[in-house]
Amino acid sequence: MPSLDRGEPWLAPDQTDTRLSQELGDLATRPTPRGWWWGFGGSSLGALLLFGTALALFVAGVGLWGINTSVVWGFDITNYVWWIGIGNAGTLISAMLYLARQPWRASINRFAEAMTLFAALIAGLFPIMHMGRPYLFYWLAPYPSVMGVWPQFRSPLVWDMFAILIYILVSSLFWYTGLIPDFATLRDRAQGRWQAWVYGVLALGWRGSARHWQRYEQAYTVMAALAVPLVVSVHSVVGYDFSTSVMPGWRSTLFAPFFVVGAMFSGFAMVILITLILRAAFGLYAFITARHLEAMAKIVLAASLLMGYAYAMEVFIPWYTGNPDDGRAVAHNATGPYAPAYWGMWLCNVGVPQVLWWREARRNIAVLAWVAVLVCVGMWLERYVIVVSGLSQGFLPSQFRLYFPTFWDWSAWLGSLGFFLWLFFLFARFVPMVPIHELRRLAHEQKSEAS
Amino acid sequence: MRVALMAEFADAGQLLDAAYAARAAGYRRLEAYAPFAVPGLDEALRLPATLVPAFMLVFGILGAILGFALQVYLAAVDYPLNAGGRPDLSWPPFGLLAFEFAVLGAALAGFVGMLALNGLPRLHHPVFGVADFGRASQDRFFLALEPGDDTEAARRFLLGLEPLAVSEVADGLD
Repeated sequence: MPSLDRGEPWLAPDQTDTRLSQELGDLATRPTPRGWWWGFGGSSLGALLLFGTALALFVAGVGLWGINTSVVWGFDITNYVWWIGIGNAGTLISAMLYLARQPWRASINRFAEAMTLFAALIAGLFPIMHMGRPYLFYWLAPYPSVMGVWPQFRSPLVWDMFAILIYILVSSLFWYTGLIPDFATLRDRAQGRWQAWVYGVLALGWRGSARHWQRYEQAYTVMAALAVPLVVSVHSVVGYDFSTSVMPGWRSTLFAPFFVVGAMFSGFAMVILITLILRAAFGLYAFITARHLEAMAKIVLAASLLMGYAYAMEVFIPWYTGNPDDGRAVAHNATGPYAPAYWGMWLCNVGVPQVLWWREARRNIAVLAWVAVLVCVGMWLERYVIVVSGLSQGFLPSQFRLYFPTFWDWSAWLGSLGFFLWLFFLFARFVPMVPIHELRRLAHEQKSEAS
Repeated sequence: MRVALMAEFADAGQLLDAAYAARAAGYRRLEAYAPFAVPGLDEALRLPATLVPAFMLVFGILGAILGFALQVYLAAVDYPLNAGGRPDLSWPPFGLLAFEFAVLGAALAGFVGMLALNGLPRLHHPVFGVADFGRASQDRFFLALEPGDDTEAARRFLLGLEPLAVSEVADGLD
């Protein structure tokens, strides 16, 4: 892989295969550190909050939430779009950077993909919780029933169900394919019988022969090439969920690409955040350098400019076309009761990331962490503005309603964050969080380039 | 019973040189083991092209056809549903799920095909009996060959490549 720019190497030159296998493999096989138990225990409470909320909701119904006859989507669909956005980014990042032969991808792709899986799983929970009768969610699937009817295949909601299900399946296959050679490393470094047994089964008998590697690389490359358009299609469908309806401001020509860029934007912010935390918690400084952080920060900056363009178009087109309802929707966003969320979105998504024009800011951990947190917050606010502010003023003035979140709205939201962390603690404990075989290859290529 | 010989190296470059030397010496039943996909190893061993991309193409196309046909049958034949006065066979909205099914078909074919062609899952294999082979997934590189009639000559040839060790694989490479 040719490195395009000069500068410090992606991997310290004294890294050998032996050291990489030992340091990265032992993260999964060593005895459990005490700090892990604290984090795992704390996030379990968050996961319990989510499942408690779901239970209460299934017993009492969606009346627990602050939604009403006009604002039928509240925090639940905001959370859904936010999580699926983050969930789309990991595969996009990993596959896109793999196809673009970006060597720095190797250090971050495994946990970016894990983030994708967990976020997509959580995202899938929200539409189900949102249904009045969640135990009937299987009606979305085409199965031969005594009713003799089938799902409406012209509806984006049905596309959504398939798109997300297929996305979760394909991301899992992509993730697991990349993990097989690393499970083999853990199998061969196992300290104890049950580790050897579990990782041995997970490695499926991988021997690392030249023929294995040849087929592995081809399957992995083609999967990556398919994953990129898949991600674009999945989040476009989420955009269609909105834009095929007739609310003012939900524009069908803009929403699909706008949602896809937003997914990449919030996903990269979340990856930066997770990278900073894992790097500090597990001392991964040798594998994730300042140069990695800088590369990710540049992509966040570029995506932020695209977001600014999309927001500007949301204002420009109603003015240019003179459509009074669209114009009223813009005014309602900017000056109505949800104006703080609207301006917060501009500030967090377009304003704050501009500090990343400065090299010092891109390499400053505190600045990067704040930018990443604010982008995640800003992207949540963006979805909140689209969903809640959009629905609160439709075409009929007699149907204008405001939305006020209740305790259960907040508990589902905070609980989903807890559940995400809980899954991530399990991942970081038992799965090699950095792809060891890809870093070995990177070390080999750096060495052959140098000689 | 066929036996195979296996030489162990510390470096990917040595493995590549050894693979070229073995081909030049006339050995045809060769296999190499490495802890990562060593660039150039395919050419050194002259591995034939794999069937994985063809699998993925075929099953991707099958997925698209099945996904499209499913929607056409359910929405236009079995239960025609008039949505906004459009024709029953309003095909453009069916294209999206056809694409999703194409990706699913190709990804499943890639995963299953890669494993099946590799003969996996197979938890035990004769090469695992070689001392030190556990390091093939960590930091060592192995070249294995089936010596044909003259095992001693093959052993001398491998020792001439200056490996760390030469071992015997009891049951051959298959």
